[in-house]
Amino acid sequence: MKIQVLGSGCKTCKKLYEITQKAVAELGLSENVEYITDIQKIVAMGLMQSPVLVVDGKPILIGFTSDIEKIKKLIKGN
Amino acid sequence: MSIFYPVKLLADWLTYSVFIITPKTLLADAVNFFIYDTIKIFILLGVIIFAVSIIRSYLPPEKIRAVLSHKNRYTGNVVASLFGIVTPFCSCSAIPLFLGFIQAGVPLGTTFSFLVASPMINEVALILLFGMFGWKIALMYITSGLIISILSGIIIGKMKVESLVEPFVYQNTVNRNVDLPSMSRKERITYALDYTKDILKKVWPYILIGIGIGAWIHGYVPADFLAQYAGSGKWYAVPLAVLIGIPLYSNAAGIIPLVSVLTEKGVSMGTTLAFMMSVTALSLPEFMILKKVMKIKLIFIFAGIVAVGIIFTGYLFNLVI
Repeated sequence: MKIQVLGSGCKTCKKLYEITQKAVAELGLSENVEYITDIQKIVAMGLMQSPVLVVDGKPILIGFTSDIEKIKKLIKGN
Repeated sequence: MSIFYPVKLLADWLTYSVFIITPKTLLADAVNFFIYDTIKIFILLGVIIFAVSIIRSYLPPEKIRAVLSHKNRYTGNVVASLFGIVTPFCSCSAIPLFLGFIQAGVPLGTTFSFLVASPMINEVALILLFGMFGWKIALMYITSGLIISILSGIIIGKMKVESLVEPFVYQNTVNRNVDLPSMSRKERITYALDYTKDILKKVWPYILIGIGIGAWIHGYVPADFLAQYAGSGKWYAVPLAVLIGIPLYSNAAGIIPLVSVLTEKGVSMGTTLAFMMSVTALSLPEFMILKKVMKIKLIFIFAGIVAVGIIFTGYLFNLVI
């Protein structure tokens, strides 16, 4: 499974990256979370919001959330 | 009877019975004003930000883009400006929005209409204007904001300045049809509640400080004191207000309670509206970020056209109100 956080490099994007790392650790997964600040990648997916949580190339969360349970559920569901 | 009558009663009770301040004194006026305004503004903010967030959950920028790329030039400018009202603007979303619009084939002028309207006409500014000045001023602000964003976009579109956009922007094209994860009603409500909490958390200190200083001025500075410096007869008041507004973006929430009191002390309404528009629409951090995707010359053209629109609006309202 490939887990990525795409963002413009702003504060909220970094926060989502940190929360996602924590969520992955709490789920007991060994995957590394990748943090990508290339905005063109977000736009290429057809999206215009930042940050985006992507699992295996598919956006599963658009925009920020601080709800770690929600992130865990989304990662597990994909 | 105003729907805020209970708030008035509460403010009176707190001022005179709980804090035991003698009525009709300057201090009583200031404290009463502070309590009443604070409660009223926060009720309005909570309710309206929540409502706008629900609407917004149905209108993400990706959907707006799908509509805009089918519109012709002039309707595109109008629709883009209207969509700008419900779209929140933060400097971190400016670049993805710009790239996403342009690369999906939305014309440059239409994109600029959106870029002007989105920060200028936002629900926080509108609620505060409504709360402090009433619905007429809030409506005037929306109307003139819309006209400025529509016209700025049309003018920039006519100028054919595509060459001033960084070349890499046009080298990519993107698919404009995208499947977004769908949201249940419960998710929309959670989203709206989170968003409302988030905004309130961000703006409350500024609003309190703004209302606090406002309450002090309300109580202690003589009425019309500022008229001699910034009344409608002073030609330089409007451009000066616009200039002062440019670096103040992040504090928009605190500035409105403050300017409402300045108006009471003699600053004319047109000058106040121009100041507000400058605070929201012309933002230094946004300009810095836009440098990633366009040449400085285009940023100056964009800022210049919007500034002229705002100054014109300021003079116009100074003449008619």
